[in-house]
Amino acid sequence: MASIPEDLKYSKEHEWVSGDVAAGSVVTVGITAHAAEALGDVVFVEAPAVGSEVTAGAVCGELESTKAVSELYSPVTGTVTEVNAGLENAPEQINAEPYGDGWIFKVELSAGAEDLLDAAGYADVSE
Amino acid sequence: MSTLHSPLHDQHVALGASLVDFAGWEMPLRYGGDVAEHHAVRRAAGLFDLSHMGELMVRGADAAAALDYALVGHMSRMALGRAKYTMMCAPDGGVLDDLVVYRRDWDHFMVVANAANRVQVAAELQARFDAAALDATVEDETQSIALIAVQGPASAGIVARMCGGGAGDVDPMRYYSGVNLLLEGGIHAYAARTGYTGEDGFELFVAADTAGDVWRLALREGAAAGLEPCGLAARDSLRLEAGMPLYGHELSHDTTPFEAGLGRVVSFGVSGGPDRGDFVGREALARLSEEGVAKTLVGLVGDGRRAARTGYAVTDGDDNQVGIVTSGLPSPTLGQLIAMAYVPTALAEPGTVVGVDVRGRREEMRVVALPFYQRDA
Repeated sequence: MASIPEDLKYSKEHEWVSGDVAAGSVVTVGITAHAAEALGDVVFVEAPAVGSEVTAGAVCGELESTKAVSELYSPVTGTVTEVNAGLENAPEQINAEPYGDGWIFKVELSAGAEDLLDAAGYADVSE
Repeated sequence: MSTLHSPLHDQHVALGASLVDFAGWEMPLRYGGDVAEHHAVRRAAGLFDLSHMGELMVRGADAAAALDYALVGHMSRMALGRAKYTMMCAPDGGVLDDLVVYRRDWDHFMVVANAANRVQVAAELQARFDAAALDATVEDETQSIALIAVQGPASAGIVARMCGGGAGDVDPMRYYSGVNLLLEGGIHAYAARTGYTGEDGFELFVAADTAGDVWRLALREGAAAGLEPCGLAARDSLRLEAGMPLYGHELSHDTTPFEAGLGRVVSFGVSGGPDRGDFVGREALARLSEEGVAKTLVGLVGDGRRAARTGYAVTDGDDNQVGIVTSGLPSPTLGQLIAMAYVPTALAEPGTVVGVDVRGRREEMRVVALPFYQRDA
């Protein structure tokens, strides 16, 4: 069973969100260990561009592994403030440390994201 | 249909493998990272459970003549202890399965079929033998045999150690040959120097009830050489780099051996040699070999990041679909995108640039000769 940190919030599409989810705050987004495991070794990340608008539940990028390609959904709505440049040369960080150096992008929220799941709720959907 | 399990299922679970359904079998997709498993095979050795592959035993006084009639290769010309890559074709020349056939005795052949086609191939072989009134029977022994592959440059040394250290039986084995080996602990294996990775390697056919012992023996004797257990994900990326077709992707009833670039497996007999005789599909295949092919399987490489995947359209300069991608991924060994695709023969020349529609965006790829990767001889 892949780990599900208690201090993060989650989407049904297997992204995690860290930080305060009230409108105006900046959160960090990545994919869960469960998602990384299902995808296999990630070899290319197409993250949303800095300054672009992302919408909760909408596709905002792609994750490519040797085995498959999968769409990256934004779990929150707002403006992208930063993308993880380290993934350009080391996309495998998503597999190695999905909740750490494998983070993907940061978003300044234009709307609150109160309907995200907590760890227990995500454990139910990822089983 | 209920899910089939390899006799090594418990080993895979104990190793923490991600399991996946493959043609009705629950098999390991990967144990850890599929890229690391891929590199282990290129650099040292990998251990694969291939127990989903079908082992069909053909026995009988007419076994050789029966296979000559049922398959496109001239199987009666095989020497004892040899293996041969061949195909079963339909009367129209379409490919029903690609196979490796091992001659284990003068009247005993082992036909290794793809998991998805095993039942159909077994039935079709027997039907063809019977239609030709030849004395040969097919027995599907898949579920009493485990197939364990040791693949990679270190594999010969590992298999020799699995036999107790003596390289005597292993070293002289030629590529595409098979022998009976006695493994440590007195376990019998039919060992063939064959594989699906583009590396030197061995495939060990063992009784299902000895599979766990053989698997643990391989892990123990291979550890110092860097052997890693490898799943189907690595198997797929390795075979694709080596330009080897996968049934259901590059091969199907809708493709002929000639379109797949495998016309050499079809034997019409050699002049002055023994009579090849009739075989199922002969008439259609003879005509197709004369006519030439409208579509051809090619290799494609790209320098982008978004890989062409199975089923994606190959396009011309005006973005019209002219072909289809059969397999594709980012190559771990070459560090670039690779794919196999069917394209019109006019576009099959190496160097030709084609487009691939990667989820709505055109990515350019270049036709290259297969294989993408070839080990140093």
